[in-house]
Amino acid sequence: MLNLLYLLAAVAFILGLKMLSSPRTAVPGNLLAAAGMLVAVVATLLVGGVVDLPIVLAGIAVGALVGALLAAFTPMTAMPEMVALLNGFGGAASALVAGAEMLRVHGVEDESFALVPVIAIAASLLIGAVTFSGSMVAFLRLREWLIGGRATVFPGQHLLNLALFLAALAAAVAFARDPRPGGAVFALVAIALVLGVLLVIPIGGADMPVVICLLNSYSGIAAATTGFVINNNGLIISGSLVGASGIILTNIMCKAMNRSFTNVLFGGFGAAVAAGAGGAKGAAAPVRSGDAEEAAMILEAARSVVIAPGYGMAVAQAQHAVKELADELEKRGVDVKYAIHPVAGRMPGHMNVLLAEANVPYEQLYEMDQINPSFGETDVVLVIGANDVVNPAAKTDPGSPIYGMPVLDVEKARTVMVVKRSLNPGFAGIDNPLYYLPNTIMLFGDARKMAVALAQAVKSL
Amino acid sequence: MDNLVMLLTVFVLAVFVGFEVISKVPPTVHTPLMSGSNAISGITILGAVIAAGAAVSSGMRWLGFAAVVLATVNVVGGFAVTHRMLGMFRGRGRGRKG
Repeated sequence: MLNLLYLLAAVAFILGLKMLSSPRTAVPGNLLAAAGMLVAVVATLLVGGVVDLPIVLAGIAVGALVGALLAAFTPMTAMPEMVALLNGFGGAASALVAGAEMLRVHGVEDESFALVPVIAIAASLLIGAVTFSGSMVAFLRLREWLIGGRATVFPGQHLLNLALFLAALAAAVAFARDPRPGGAVFALVAIALVLGVLLVIPIGGADMPVVICLLNSYSGIAAATTGFVINNNGLIISGSLVGASGIILTNIMCKAMNRSFTNVLFGGFGAAVAAGAGGAKGAAAPVRSGDAEEAAMILEAARSVVIAPGYGMAVAQAQHAVKELADELEKRGVDVKYAIHPVAGRMPGHMNVLLAEANVPYEQLYEMDQINPSFGETDVVLVIGANDVVNPAAKTDPGSPIYGMPVLDVEKARTVMVVKRSLNPGFAGIDNPLYYLPNTIMLFGDARKMAVALAQAVKSL
Repeated sequence: MDNLVMLLTVFVLAVFVGFEVISKVPPTVHTPLMSGSNAISGITILGAVIAAGAAVSSGMRWLGFAAVVLATVNVVGGFAVTHRMLGMFRGRGRGRKG
């Protein structure tokens, strides 16, 4: 009976995920998946052998309250942090369930440990703890609490990781030989927690989209392993679905950033950025800068304008002002589109959510592959808060650290306007030759203030 | 052993289903898909409920309770925030909504 209901829930998850992957059916898809979860939980409460209902309901009440508050009040800019936090909670919960199961089998005298559950318990503790501590590091980095956005690297990092992984395996073997709650288990969990931290700290803030995907996948795998621990098909199916989807998204992100998958798995990217790539050449070149009034005149006279937003726009909370500017231009008959690079923002699809929040209709958002061929016929491109994703050096300079990364071909437009605080290189520390092109006008200033000024200037024309 | 093979079968097949279901995803829905699948990974709540509700020792009860709280935050937070996010997506001509 219970397994039939779990099967029903699994079908709901599969259909829900399928529907979630298309904008038109995403809302019912999410509701379907949530309904599946409700069925599975209620079924477990009623026929899962629960005897102490109050403590379970108390836990659900506390968790539901915290979850609902987080969901209701987290700003859209902080969505990556929230997903990282929830990933971490899921991983921790999986590890805790494995720990509880270990105590149960230990507490029942006539039941001896079989090897399979013991291996599953060790794997679940390891993966769950790595997911938890890794997600917490990602959360802190995204919040820029305690640790900054820059990658933390030190010599021998990979060797240390390898040594820790081997130590974790040794602890797991020790636990399998003597499966009782004790030193080996504590050692295993402690090593896994440290390993999770070490796997994520070498990854800088700019590469966070990949990490979030990967941790998402880990949390699914942790749930699936816990399914092996407690012999539960529901956990195995749902966990592996999420594990697989996380890996697919990781792969999409890797392609968008021109990174290899192994590079991500073993960490350490985002740190090997060579200093001074093209820096001296750029500094000597002349830069054309303009002000809001001048820019507004060019924008107003254009037939087509493409806005290329980056995370900087979101940080400055400029998306509403940008939307206002776009509305003003459309009123004057200008065709406005948005060019969305796959890694614009801090997690996959983040920019789409931020623009949706500012009421930009999604028909106006164009993916990189769709819009790249049309830059040649575009009058003005307005780059706001984006840097690496519009850097032509990725196509032309084999010495550039981002060489080979697919970028938006903004430099092909008749005029390129770049809203930026200063000429300082971006987060990744890479100079951008786009700023020195003859058809580029730099608009120096805060993204939000500049967008507001541009909207005002267009209005008063 | 047969049981393990059964579980492994389910596991492997589910991984393939996962790859098939989510092979083509437009970037528009990457973030909601991720928070939605994140909520599904909170399925571990089933194990947590059993651990807390059918505990044989106080240690197991409290581990189970902590797992229930964390997994519920994951499930409820994940589905609710996905719903909120999806409510923001709208096409041209449709009305403004909360």
